[in-house]
Amino acid sequence: MWQFFHKLGSPKWFFGISTRFMPWLLMSGIVLLMAGVVWGLAFAPKDYLQGNSYRIIFIHVPTAFMAQSIYIMMASAALVTLVWRMKLADVFVKAVTPVGLVLTFLALFTGAVWGKPTWGTWWIWDARLTSMLILLFLYGGVIALDRAINDEKSAARAVAVLVLVGVVNIPIIKYSVEWWNTLHQPATFKLTEKPSMPAEMWVPLLLSVLGLYLIFGWLACVRMQTEILSREQRTRWVKEFVLKGKV
Amino acid sequence: MAFDSFAAFVSMEGHGPYVWACYAVFFVLMIVLMAGSVRSRNATIESCRRRYEFQADKSTVAAAPTTSASFARVNVSQD
Amino acid sequence: MNVEVRPVVPLASSSVGALAAMKGVFSRDMKVAFRQRQDLLNPLLFFIMVVTLFPLGVSPEASFLREAGAGILWVAALLSVLLSLDHLFRHDFDDGTLEQLVLQPQPLFLLILAKTMAHWMLTGLPLVILTPVLGVMVHLDGNSIAVLCLTLLIGTPVLSLIGAIGAALTLGLRSAGVLLSLLIIPLYIPVLIFGTGTVAAAAEGASVGAYLALMGAFLMLALTLAPFAAAAALRISLSNG
Repeated sequence: MWQFFHKLGSPKWFFGISTRFMPWLLMSGIVLLMAGVVWGLAFAPKDYLQGNSYRIIFIHVPTAFMAQSIYIMMASAALVTLVWRMKLADVFVKAVTPVGLVLTFLALFTGAVWGKPTWGTWWIWDARLTSMLILLFLYGGVIALDRAINDEKSAARAVAVLVLVGVVNIPIIKYSVEWWNTLHQPATFKLTEKPSMPAEMWVPLLLSVLGLYLIFGWLACVRMQTEILSREQRTRWVKEFVLKGKV
Repeated sequence: MAFDSFAAFVSMEGHGPYVWACYAVFFVLMIVLMAGSVRSRNATIESCRRRYEFQADKSTVAAAPTTSASFARVNVSQD
Repeated sequence: MNVEVRPVVPLASSSVGALAAMKGVFSRDMKVAFRQRQDLLNPLLFFIMVVTLFPLGVSPEASFLREAGAGILWVAALLSVLLSLDHLFRHDFDDGTLEQLVLQPQPLFLLILAKTMAHWMLTGLPLVILTPVLGVMVHLDGNSIAVLCLTLLIGTPVLSLIGAIGAALTLGLRSAGVLLSLLIIPLYIPVLIFGTGTVAAAAEGASVGAYLALMGAFLMLALTLAPFAAAAALRISLSNG
């Protein structure tokens, strides 16, 4: 078990294993996402209340879900950085923060555009939209702090502290719907209840969530590999990989 | 198929612009993000290669590789 | 055979209890602050000026001010706490006192708590005392002013505590001031929402007990967790050199 743990922390081991998985992650991610999107756009029945504008849900929910779960993953990695000082953990945090920022922006953008035909306005200051906006600020703050500190190691540790402090915000996002009862509809997926949507609606939604998750996995691998390569330039295995193309 | 014709599919009963704008922005940003990540990975590999080749050149030309002591920082990797 | 191992020279500082050390840090910060009185006045002047901008910039109508007054005062208080945070560790960092503080045998958690309490006494508390005057100027009624003062009394320590984390993280960085605001403002938002929400509830005649209890929970959470995070951040910033 501990050997596995140490292996997991080794950039070289990660580089080898991720190279093997990456094509599968990308292919299955694209297939699932496209299946979900095409099904949702063309074949899912119309929502009797919102009409066709609800079809934005098939990208809105995946991006919003990913935006939050990326932050939680970053917080777990930050904890690992601070406690075990595992190199891969802070490589992960640094690599995925921009991805989280983009997905949070997409969740906000699709939410705003969805709001126009549904509520008649682009933006409502309701709890969930506002929490998403705060999440966007948090991602921005993490990137700004990382850029501001020159020393790589202290940057990683300072960012880890900031991410852990910010994670207090995630439960507020999740439960804000119950706290401030507002215009926004309650969360679409609940683990404890059967979804209130018909299967023709939530199955494509599930497909696109899974697809985006897999694509995120691929993105994280690519970006972590970039970061590892530039950090480990002086090691022999990177030299061999760059010159001979093999790990 | 939830729509009668292709025109109905595009217009989505007036909600077309909203829906299609969302999907367009989503796919454009995702493709930019993915292509950018791959490009920066390749750029890093390329810069490493140039560095190694430069070092190899230098060591063959100068042919005086050994210095008795250096203060270069040594990075110890975890592997 | 039992050999008692004792340091040859008793460590003077380790014989000082944690509480005494906290008291020492607290009273030192107060003394230093009162020797530079202008630094104490600046956040207060800033507070008053920001509040003045709203009637000038938006509308001097009593009806508008009555509705927006609590929010204006809360935002102004938040900004002036933010402005004063840069001083929290800066002077001690520049003259090396901070490194001594980190090296003390007493838990850094408690020492930072003491420093933050001093910071609150010097910025947050004066803001709360000044609030009734400004509250009257923005036409708030007596009940609202009382509730507003109460929320600020509970809320400003939270602002100081969370701010200490940001101040510790950005210590010694270029353009630390702007970065500090970027990092900390998102974390301030829940406090702001509940602070103004409480006053709004009071204005509608609802009971504010639950709101105040929630703000108290924020305070307790900040008291227990924030100095811990600030201590970790301080150690990282100091090792950065």
